[in-house]
Amino acid sequence: MTTPAPITTQFDLAEKFPGTVSADARPGYAGWIVAPEKLTEVAIFIRDELGYDLLSSVTGVDYLAEGLMEIVYHVYKTSGGPALVFKAQLPRLDPVKVASLTPVWLGAELQEREIWDLYGIHFENHPDLRRILMWEGFDGHPMRKDWKEAFYDDEVKPFKSRWPEGKHAFAEDRSPFGDNVSFEAGFDPEKWTATDPEEALYATLKKYKTVVKDGIATDHILVNMGPQHPSTHGVFRAVVMLDGENVVSLKPVMGYLHRNHEKIGERNTFLQNMPYTDRLDYFNSMSNNWPYAMAVEKMMGIQVTERAEYIRVIMAELSRIQNHMILIGMLMNDLGAYFTPALYAFEERELILDIFEAASGSRMMCNYHRFGGVVRDVPAEALQKLKDLVFERLPGKIDEFDRLLSENEIFVSRLKGIGYLSPEDAIRTSMTGPMLRASGIPYDIRRADPYSVYDRFDFNVAVRYNGDLYDRYLIRIDEMRESIKILEQALRQMPEGPVMSVKPTYQVKVPAGEAYGRIESPKGELGFYVVSNGKPNPYRYHVRAPSFINLTSLEMTCVNEKIADFVAILGAVDIVLGELDR
Amino acid sequence: MDTYGKGIFKGLMVTAKHFFDSYLDDIKWWGKRYYTPEGLAHRSSKDAKGIFTVQYPEEKVPVPEEFRYIPFLVYDESETGEKTIRCTSCGICAKACPPQCIWIVRGSDPNTGRPVPQPAEFTIDADICMNCGFCAEYCPFDAIKMDHDYEIASYGRNLLNKEALMKPAKYYAEIRPLNNAREEAARAEKAATKAAKA
Repeated sequence: MTTPAPITTQFDLAEKFPGTVSADARPGYAGWIVAPEKLTEVAIFIRDELGYDLLSSVTGVDYLAEGLMEIVYHVYKTSGGPALVFKAQLPRLDPVKVASLTPVWLGAELQEREIWDLYGIHFENHPDLRRILMWEGFDGHPMRKDWKEAFYDDEVKPFKSRWPEGKHAFAEDRSPFGDNVSFEAGFDPEKWTATDPEEALYATLKKYKTVVKDGIATDHILVNMGPQHPSTHGVFRAVVMLDGENVVSLKPVMGYLHRNHEKIGERNTFLQNMPYTDRLDYFNSMSNNWPYAMAVEKMMGIQVTERAEYIRVIMAELSRIQNHMILIGMLMNDLGAYFTPALYAFEERELILDIFEAASGSRMMCNYHRFGGVVRDVPAEALQKLKDLVFERLPGKIDEFDRLLSENEIFVSRLKGIGYLSPEDAIRTSMTGPMLRASGIPYDIRRADPYSVYDRFDFNVAVRYNGDLYDRYLIRIDEMRESIKILEQALRQMPEGPVMSVKPTYQVKVPAGEAYGRIESPKGELGFYVVSNGKPNPYRYHVRAPSFINLTSLEMTCVNEKIADFVAILGAVDIVLGELDR
Repeated sequence: MDTYGKGIFKGLMVTAKHFFDSYLDDIKWWGKRYYTPEGLAHRSSKDAKGIFTVQYPEEKVPVPEEFRYIPFLVYDESETGEKTIRCTSCGICAKACPPQCIWIVRGSDPNTGRPVPQPAEFTIDADICMNCGFCAEYCPFDAIKMDHDYEIASYGRNLLNKEALMKPAKYYAEIRPLNNAREEAARAEKAATKAAKA
């Protein structure tokens, strides 16, 4: 695999579209501001003429004081290189309207629905603009700066009620309703009758045409998989329209675990967000901290020490190995091979978590990264165990998995040719990570846009070309082997030295501006878009969650497959509900 | 694929190996594999094979030094048995706490009403605590530390007041010997430079 040359010069969009596009001149900001009415035209140019085919992140920002709503788009080339960032600024008047970019990049579908839900920005011509994380009938758009939650305490943390007059009081005692529900004045929940909130959802499903065969008329069946269903890895729900056993149409329904992570993130100080990122994808808290730390470090303009960079790489790669092992084990559970592979995977995971625990103090909620490095060095004992695992145990165990499953005829016949996703569709729907690479696109951020010290390691970008479930399984095995390669090199090269480049402090000063930090997390591209206005709290904190965006292609891959295969297809996407619902 | 079932057979060889390994390892470690510290260490080492299960609560995996759970307040005990809490109620832990579960009432002199470096009340809502360890990390007085005791399940809510949070410095030195030694050295050095200046 050759490394694509980094593209350093950016095309001057302002010159191409005078009067429509202008450079974002605010201090600390970058990218282009596009006139909202010409958004689609510029987007098509960016995609077709400039070659930015992968829409990574779409997010909204509410600039309340300026009276503006801003939509920020990050687009990349699958051939590699840095992002092109463009923004649309809309006056903050109801209704806030802008053209949907789903016709240009289908990957905007779920993300635009999220922005509609949380910011109330209406996307015209969006195929299915419904609420996605909040429920139908929810009052207001919670990410707007003037929206306040039920247990509202203070605008930002630290709350003034905690010190120096910190008389403890339970939050529910302060709420007039005794729980975290608030109603509009004059609203009586007892007298309220609901319009069926599911009607809009069911209406989006494709209808099945009644077929009369041998005098028997067939009809469609509507099946709700979840939210309490063992195959969905949490509280995830899919509404499936079935023709016999075949899937005709499918809609994912999510938000059951929604806690408005991003609103909490805006109330938190910069550092306080670090342990919250652990709770997103709770399998990979070690790699969740990283892009957030990276984004804030970019704004602060600080470097990470050499040793800390290596530790970060090592922890992230270990995390990838255990994630993929669990994924394979759980996929086998979904297919009916109960628990033998899953528990073999858990054995290795336990050993890896022992190292995380010794280094960070916690097995799952590691909270290990700090701005400028990591909280502490890996203890000598844990480092020795880590070396033992990487050099002696894990490679053999990965081979064992390979022997256990890869040629198993039952397993192969359940996976081969199922859930096909073409490379074009994979890019169009903003797939990242193993989902994209199993469809034949060798796009790995570690190689395409190297961060940290990944440019020093010799490894291959795992890629498979069939785009079916079997390849999505195989690519995990490949990636684990590549991770071992990286780990071996990192452990040999790791220099001695400090693990923090700055004095540790709980109050970090972040200059005004924006930054997008992203890494190749085990599930795909995990990105954090952070905006600072110079205050101790982030003005905007957005998570580009791979579990969430990788579901854009779910319907595409499930249609015409059997309902039993839906379980496997969903399993191979590798979702974690903590990250999906945020 | 020439013979159907070859792949299944290959996979079964792996499970068979695991199955026999569990017996072989039991025999090799006869009587020592379970309920002994060295057996437990073996089962969580790179050579571990066979049965991984730890028979909790009869046996418990030792936690590493950096393991963190609910915070506690360190107090020093003088020879006369007088307990002095290290906390000065500066409020840094309450400000650093991500879920804002630390509540401090700053102490004040009953005669003058001026603040004194002692907390009048110190409350941690342990149900809200997310065990991140920031309070211990950023405390400039080594006064609040993370505990190793993880068995705190209860029928009620875990609202811990100052008395419930207080634990002796001896206990701290026991659970975190390396950290304690490092902090003691730093404190001694600080005191030495202070003395040299005076």
